[in-house]
Amino acid sequence: MPLVNGGKIVDDGFVKLAVDTPLPEGGDILVPAERFLGEAEGLLERAGKVGVIWPNNRDITELVPYLGKVAAVALVFPTFRDGRAYSQARLLRERYNYRGELRATGQVLRDQFVFMLRAGFDAFEVKKQADAEAFMQTAKRYSVFYQPTGDGRITALHRRMQLRHSEGVGT
Amino acid sequence: MYAYDEIDRTLVNERVSEFRDQVKRRLSGELTEDEFKILRLQNGVYLQLHAYMFRVAIPYGTLATNQLRALAHVARKYDRGYGHFTTRQNIQFNWIKLAELPDALADLAKVGIHAMQTSGNNMRNVTSDQWAGVAPGEIEDPRIWSELIRQHTTLHPEFSFLPRKFKIAITASDHDRAAIKIHDIGLRLIKNEKGETGFEVLVGGGLGRTPFIAKTIKHFVHGRDILSYIEAILRVYNQYGRRDNIYKARIKILVHELGIEKFSREVEDEWQQIRNSSLQIDDEVIEDIRSRFTYPPYEKLPHMPDELRQAAADPEFEAWRKNSVAPHKVQGYSIVTISLKPTGGPPGDATAEQMDALADLADKYSFGEIRVGHEQNLALPHVAKRDLPALWKALDKLGLATPNVNLITDIIACPGLDYCSLANARSIPIAQELTRRFANHELANLIGRLHINISGCINACGHHHVGHIGILGVEKNGEEVYQITIGGRADENAALGTLIGPGVKFDEVADVVEDIVEAYLALRERPEELFMDTVKRLGVEPFKERVYATR
Repeated sequence: MPLVNGGKIVDDGFVKLAVDTPLPEGGDILVPAERFLGEAEGLLERAGKVGVIWPNNRDITELVPYLGKVAAVALVFPTFRDGRAYSQARLLRERYNYRGELRATGQVLRDQFVFMLRAGFDAFEVKKQADAEAFMQTAKRYSVFYQPTGDGRITALHRRMQLRHSEGVGT
Repeated sequence: MYAYDEIDRTLVNERVSEFRDQVKRRLSGELTEDEFKILRLQNGVYLQLHAYMFRVAIPYGTLATNQLRALAHVARKYDRGYGHFTTRQNIQFNWIKLAELPDALADLAKVGIHAMQTSGNNMRNVTSDQWAGVAPGEIEDPRIWSELIRQHTTLHPEFSFLPRKFKIAITASDHDRAAIKIHDIGLRLIKNEKGETGFEVLVGGGLGRTPFIAKTIKHFVHGRDILSYIEAILRVYNQYGRRDNIYKARIKILVHELGIEKFSREVEDEWQQIRNSSLQIDDEVIEDIRSRFTYPPYEKLPHMPDELRQAAADPEFEAWRKNSVAPHKVQGYSIVTISLKPTGGPPGDATAEQMDALADLADKYSFGEIRVGHEQNLALPHVAKRDLPALWKALDKLGLATPNVNLITDIIACPGLDYCSLANARSIPIAQELTRRFANHELANLIGRLHINISGCINACGHHHVGHIGILGVEKNGEEVYQITIGGRADENAALGTLIGPGVKFDEVADVVEDIVEAYLALRERPEELFMDTVKRLGVEPFKERVYATR
């Protein structure tokens, strides 16, 4: 499954561990939430980056004490119809100021890219190769946004205010 | 009218090109039907029994004449020459071809019309009072706020994949014409003691398999906080609403399971975190939206013009005027409701020719504006009283002057088994038969205000729970069976109807309704006591006795 990060298809530096996979000596790992919370101290002390895979029905505030220490948070879309992880993503970015990698996993399809980018995701495990290749093009589909989110894109309401004021200067 | 600016138009065009790409990928097989289904639903495209159905948004029920003409054009070019106005102020086309949909959307986009979020598990088209901005005694025009919320809910990055659909309705009058109590969020525009604009917020209303009347979650939310408050409700719902069972996924079930107190505490906690954010709306933003709503240059006209006095001699005109013409906030003007419920016709249908002709009449007599109401009728919101006789003649020629607004033949019905793949029973033929039974206008007038609502399945698109008489079609042993309720209503005193007894067969429905009406006429204390009031006074028992005595 191709990984898109920074708008490009890249190699995934993280290895995903299951609940019971033996811990590798080095290298970057993505760990399920339950295991992460159980072994957090040990995991964070070893060499290599640690990320956590957080299910969409688990309260994100449990992760907050570790946000400064993890290198990646992977949120899950069990199907693309299940939108809970959008709320988790916005909370992580906008309320808890998480600045590390925020990865979308699960059924990640082309037509969700814009929503995901707006919610704060910056890495995408894309289901289909063709969708991953179309990432940059798809991300530019929209130039108008009505809602303020943490991604900083200017909203239509504020763009109107700017236009109004700049017109005001001339007259 | 709200005028789209370049920013709004750009977004609509971007949406059209996105959908064109999605249709292309579906037709090439790149997208599976399962993947495409959600994408097409987000653009109002359903797969029905015979063809794709295309639902186009008419935000808060306001249309300009060029927009109505564009809808007529779509009916003519891409469909079978007619459209169907719905209970959420939208219009549906029943025979559209998938490959032509992007072109139909592009044609509509030229006049600022779209189909975004008219279906799917997202925030649906915001609805409001069809008399917004012209009703006497209104607090202020609720469409300013409707438009603000429309923009905020359009392509929302967090709430486009909710557990289930989500509907918001707004009213600003004491008499609720927007049925806010049967919506996921109902907003009643009010002023606080300081004279500031805000909303009473209701939550958790909805019909379907498990109907609930909405409960008040907060008595006053200041206008500047309304977006953050809605966002807080949605965020709680998005995270905790059930996703394991489609019939338990609406917010009404979450509110019911948590209880309104616990639910409102969750919302309050979330709201306190986000209310002082960029979601707060400053006055300047409201003023900007307000400034793009234009109001007609009304003339100073007499209350009773000569034209009206002369026309009063014509009993047919008078019957129509008394039934379909309502007071306007400006002296000398009226609001005219146009019944889309002719005798023997499917409720809510209009042909392309009628739409074009209505657009011409609206240009001539209503400052180019048309409204759509949730009762599946249209309205001309600014008609000078002196023009009423001429307008009536023109409407009559078009078959659009049936004087049955709010009467027993002004029936709300879903498409039912004639079109819908979810339906268990026919709705339209029941409505058609009832309009024939009660075609005598004097009889209908004698009965007075009485709303019949018909749904062809438990999903309740015909709002049967809140009909004064509600008719629900179900399937039993391969046969259509209809359950009859009475005492429901959708206004400010919203209530769910009570079942009167065992279901009846298709051919018996009209007879049963006749029995109920006869019982009412015999039981009412005086002619002014409306059906609803008699049911309230006596309960269902006497009606039940009458209906089942001979069955």
